[in-house]
Amino acid sequence: MTRVSMTVNGKAVSGEIEGRTLLVDFLRQNLGLTGTHVGCDTSQCGCCVVHVDGRSVKACTMLAAQAEGSSVTTVEGLAQPDGTLHPIQAAFREHHGLQCGFCTPGMLMSAADLLQQNPSPTEHEVRDWLEGNMCRCTGYHNIVKAILAAAETMQGGMPRAAE
Amino acid sequence: MVENGIGARSLRKEDQRFITGKGRYTDDINQPGQTYAVFVRSPHAHAKVNGVDKSSVADMPGVLAVLDGTDVAADGLGNLICGWAVKSKDGSDMKMGPHPLLAQGKVRYVGDRVAVVVAETYAQAKDAAEALDVDYTELPAVVDLAKAHDAGTLVHDMAANNLIYDWEIGDGAAVDAAIAEAAHVSRIDLVNNRLVPNAMEPRAAIGTYDSGLDQYTCYVTSQNPHVHRLVMAAFVQVAPEHKLRVIGPDVGGGFGSKIFIYGEECVVTWASKKIGGRPVKWTCERSEAFLSDAHGRDHISHAELALDADGNVTALKVETKANIGAYMSTFSSCVPTYLYATLLAGQYKTPVIHANVKAYYTNTAPVDAYRGAGRPEASFLLETLFEQAAKEIGKDPAEFRRMNFIPKDAFPYQTPVALIYDIGDYEATLDEALRLIDYKGFPARKLAAESRGKKRGIGFSCYIEACGIAPSAVVGSLGAGVGLWESAKVRFSHTGKVQVLTGTHSHGQGHETTFSQLVADKLGIPYEDIEVIHGDTEKTPVGMGTYGSRSLAVGGEAIARSCDKLIAKGKKIAAHLMEAAEADIEFKDGTYTVKGTDKSKAMGEVVFAAYVPHNYPPDLEPGMEEGAFFDPPNFTFPSGTYICEVEVDPDTGVVRIEKLVAVDDFGNVINPNIVEGQVHGGLTQGIGQALLEGAIYDESGQLLTGSYMDYTMPRADDVPSFEVVTSAGTACTSNSMGVKGCGEAGAIGSPPAVINAITDAIGGRVEMPATPQKVWAALQGMAQAAR
Repeated sequence: MTRVSMTVNGKAVSGEIEGRTLLVDFLRQNLGLTGTHVGCDTSQCGCCVVHVDGRSVKACTMLAAQAEGSSVTTVEGLAQPDGTLHPIQAAFREHHGLQCGFCTPGMLMSAADLLQQNPSPTEHEVRDWLEGNMCRCTGYHNIVKAILAAAETMQGGMPRAAE
Repeated sequence: MVENGIGARSLRKEDQRFITGKGRYTDDINQPGQTYAVFVRSPHAHAKVNGVDKSSVADMPGVLAVLDGTDVAADGLGNLICGWAVKSKDGSDMKMGPHPLLAQGKVRYVGDRVAVVVAETYAQAKDAAEALDVDYTELPAVVDLAKAHDAGTLVHDMAANNLIYDWEIGDGAAVDAAIAEAAHVSRIDLVNNRLVPNAMEPRAAIGTYDSGLDQYTCYVTSQNPHVHRLVMAAFVQVAPEHKLRVIGPDVGGGFGSKIFIYGEECVVTWASKKIGGRPVKWTCERSEAFLSDAHGRDHISHAELALDADGNVTALKVETKANIGAYMSTFSSCVPTYLYATLLAGQYKTPVIHANVKAYYTNTAPVDAYRGAGRPEASFLLETLFEQAAKEIGKDPAEFRRMNFIPKDAFPYQTPVALIYDIGDYEATLDEALRLIDYKGFPARKLAAESRGKKRGIGFSCYIEACGIAPSAVVGSLGAGVGLWESAKVRFSHTGKVQVLTGTHSHGQGHETTFSQLVADKLGIPYEDIEVIHGDTEKTPVGMGTYGSRSLAVGGEAIARSCDKLIAKGKKIAAHLMEAAEADIEFKDGTYTVKGTDKSKAMGEVVFAAYVPHNYPPDLEPGMEEGAFFDPPNFTFPSGTYICEVEVDPDTGVVRIEKLVAVDDFGNVINPNIVEGQVHGGLTQGIGQALLEGAIYDESGQLLTGSYMDYTMPRADDVPSFEVVTSAGTACTSNSMGVKGCGEAGAIGSPPAVINAITDAIGGRVEMPATPQKVWAALQGMAQAAR
């Protein structure tokens, strides 16, 4: 057993784990943060995306031990502590960007990283970025719409640059 | 008018929990003392199981139990069943081979359950499952559907030639006569490719036995918890029905694959008792899901369409082979028969139709309903054949369809394949789709594409489906083992808040929102004051669940009728309170008024009087809670026109969807956001079938497409944004809301539109999925033939 310590959603956490424990299992099993989901076993679906030190990472593809000392944000930590939604969360609700909700946490975390890196993406750039996140319900139509809308909100309502 | 009533684009009630990570799916549930199950699955497509050496893992760390088919037999557990008895044309019963929870002497597909290991941790269970020694003797496998009849090897000894049934519908002699007299006959051979449903949430189950209460609880990824309870109790006999509670918490997509009662949920519930009552949890891995979830489609068909000299369709003849896989899954038998061949009239007035369907066992995973279930196969066959026929006789494909449409004044319309369509207006949806795609502008767009070195094509699909499943007496006469009604309860509390209990169960459709809108509209109370409860057999009235686009058209009608009963009871109370005759009381927007006066009582006051009946009608029961069962008088018939434009790159064979227009007639619409979202998702699954997806087994029965590395799921950059129109169509006559159902249409209508567009672009048809390799090879072949 190994001891790992990290910051998750702003709180210092630690736990005794087997060396083979994946980050996603540490989050789900040890910390009870079940918002991060597991949808495949080949690092394809993106249901498990979290932020590690500010960048989106598939939590099924990283050992918990590799996150030692890191700052991890999961979907549970995306809204403000007072419950105010992140613009990407609000946009997914506003634009019906989710149906069954299973891929949603990974989609939100991935999209939030996209908008950090590229605050005004085109539709093509959004679709390209989402290559690592699968959704079987929405056909991506409203997810793309929601991300573009969130980009506008985060830009202070300024129109996006033309494609 | 209430806010968030019928027709409003209300934001979903479900979303707050899903966007904040507070959804509660089966694998999110952990209970004190929980143990973990891992299934040992057959690595062979067909083999004798000579023995399972439990001692090989008994001493491994954490192992609590190893159970195999001998334990299942010793405890007298029954088999999984197919609940729809289809008879062959000679009157004989379908050949349902035994489907045990764990293999008994033989395995029949790669992934077949052989044993289960229960251990303290998941890792320990997995380690032991990998180490378990199972002795097999391999047998030749039947994999190819086309060769199943003469394979010489039997999947089940009781099914000669691997034939489950040889079924027919329609007037074969009349069809043959019409074909003999036809001015033109279009003939087609086509394959409907096998798909893996791939809900993003893998299947999971947690079984618990409480010895104090002698009660069993099973959490399971289910579209229909009550059907799970029924089959687990009545057939598998894990527990008596009144001692078994089945809970489907939040369900992460299903598309049919979570209708079925699988062995895993039965085994974990039984295993909990075997290990003394500790909870036993199983969560499917994706690779395991590819092997063991019921697959969809998988048909081989030949069809002939007869035309007179003017281009009127005079007959349709269809011969189909359907792959059922290694065992008959829960509803497998009805998919290639009553959900397929009965739809072969499509939107057309074809006077005579005959279909013959032969269903076969193979050593592959079971095949059952997947989004659309039979109707996509019918629509693909028909719309591909109609497109081909139009081209062969030199007619515009849109106008060829139009001249053969059932006219809008011909309803109700009896088709030659059993169904009676209640209402529709096929020209209206065709015209709107033609307008949206700018059909007149297509030649110019084609020319422009040619100047860029691309081949542009346009393809049509005018689909119909039968939803609102289903009138019980009708399906009973066709072999269904259950009634397909739905039920509901609507319950006010003292303070005027409402609980809606439904037997249907959302797995992404947003029932908590749609049903709240319906009830808000009916009762005139705030949307926020309504809570929808579903998915738990202990809380909800018995219902048949969610599939076949039935939840609103059937389950919603049970809710609407419960509301009507509440309104009627409230009238009696309001009349008493206002000292008026019941006949003089009117109800509108949540208020009872005495006709022609300004006297009124709000619903909340009436409800309070019902629960605090101090001043109350003497002969009336207190309380405001009503329920209803609704058995629909007919199916519903959503229909529409989808038009697709593609560009093909002749150098690479890559197909790009430039535009996809979907115009649907779903009758009346409760929440347009949700309905459009259903269409978007269905379109993408249909595009997946047309361009990307296909389950492939090799000759020995190994699944080659067993992960997301090998099976091509549609991703965001594979599909365009869509143009979808779902505004009110023709109001359905089979329920008071006029709704038809919208969950499957996208997946039914889109594959032929995409394939027809590719055919139009390149001048020849390729089988689905139309991968770049196939399209490129077809173009090379045509170029060679031309030289």
